[in-house]
Amino acid sequence: MNKNIKALTANEAQAEAMRQIEPDVVAAYPITPATQVVEIFSQFVADGKVKTEFVPVESEHSAMSACVGASATGARVLTATSSQGLVLMQEILNIASGLRLPIVMAEVNRTLSAPLNIHGDHSDTMGARDIGWIQIFAADVQEAYDSMFIALKAAEKVNLPAMVTTDGFILSHCLERLEIIPDTRVKKFIGQRKPEFSLFDFKNPKTLGSIDLQDYFFEHKRQQTEAMKNAKKEIVKTQKEFAKTFGRKYELLEEYKLKDAQRAIVVLGSTAQTAKEVVDNLRKKGEKVGLLRIRVFRPFPEEEIRKALEGVSSVAVLDKSDAVSGIGGPVFSEIKAALRNEKPKLSNYIFGLGGRNIKLSEIEKVYSELKSIKENQVSYLGVRE
Amino acid sequence: MDKKNINLNKKPSWKALKIGGVSEGGSAKDFATGDWREERPVIDFKKCKQCFECWGYCPEAAFIVQKQKIVGINYLHCKGCGICAKECPYKAINMVEEKK
Repeated sequence: MNKNIKALTANEAQAEAMRQIEPDVVAAYPITPATQVVEIFSQFVADGKVKTEFVPVESEHSAMSACVGASATGARVLTATSSQGLVLMQEILNIASGLRLPIVMAEVNRTLSAPLNIHGDHSDTMGARDIGWIQIFAADVQEAYDSMFIALKAAEKVNLPAMVTTDGFILSHCLERLEIIPDTRVKKFIGQRKPEFSLFDFKNPKTLGSIDLQDYFFEHKRQQTEAMKNAKKEIVKTQKEFAKTFGRKYELLEEYKLKDAQRAIVVLGSTAQTAKEVVDNLRKKGEKVGLLRIRVFRPFPEEEIRKALEGVSSVAVLDKSDAVSGIGGPVFSEIKAALRNEKPKLSNYIFGLGGRNIKLSEIEKVYSELKSIKENQVSYLGVRE
Repeated sequence: MDKKNINLNKKPSWKALKIGGVSEGGSAKDFATGDWREERPVIDFKKCKQCFECWGYCPEAAFIVQKQKIVGINYLHCKGCGICAKECPYKAINMVEEKK
């Protein structure tokens, strides 16, 4: 088979994935650094390359509202946003997950105001971690592209919305080599959406978004939690199917030289690629270091993380956002809860806020400090003291 | 809701419910929303000229129409806002205090 190799940015690649999915509806509003996803996709619509109904709304709140309405008719719906856009959507993000609508979003990680900054950190998506959306953090352009199909297929199975995130500018605007899947094979892999209900089923009219009081609300929330648990199995299954079909293997976690590692870093997104280089350099010097990248953050792969870090003695969790809670970053809190203060010992480093670059030497410093770990210490990597 | 002392154990488990709180169409008609009313409108049919002003103004569509005539008020949904009494050109609707 002749491989279709292209050089694309993550924004271009995710827009291309959206063209290949060819959803029924896309409602979106442009925002830096996700603007191109919306721009390129609207060009596909204007050029007649897709039959998608594109709704150019006046805000992200409206974008997600239109997505919810469209998805409730049984349509396949995609959108894209970032940062302030995601925050403006937040009210409706909860409604999308609560109504169990499998909308899929390309989300470009960018920090939140104030102070105003357009660059990449995980403040936006970490703020949306407890609202019933599946969250996949891509580490390169190929993964950002492939994950759109995996997320869509799994989301539609469990009736939960999903976001596939890339790191602002680092991935969104960075050209990388990737393999494009032929359109027909994408269509075959994703299949058709089989909705649980449709507002366009006029013979069986439905009430959607009605009041749900003390006697039923709890049960509906319980269903949502169960769906998120099932999502883990479904993502694993879909990733396996993807690997079998297209040859690229994805897992909930990416373990890098972790098997015999004594010291390890846990991180999300593209920073893992930088950290791998440090791991390689240190391994050459005979140091037993490794890396764990959490690819699927929601559902949270607790058991898998415990297992992956079982033999490691000290772990640094690198957080690309601060929870401003006084007890470290959000990923740190979750890992700490997952390990329940058992081995390994943990520390936390907040880094890269507002898109500040992380240097190889800084990651090296983290590995070095892990030799004499100060348990539960929260440090700020790269800030001027 | 809580006034009716609902036995929660007799309701279906979360496993048996449709997802997302989706229910059948038109379910609002079975849901009594008028039970916090302070005053109820009462029609004096001796004064009523069947002009339908009340029917047009009522925000809850609570006026019951049979054979093209106003015949009463659906008190399950009337919230006692008093708009009908205020708008009635013939002063045929009186607001009467609800006896709790």
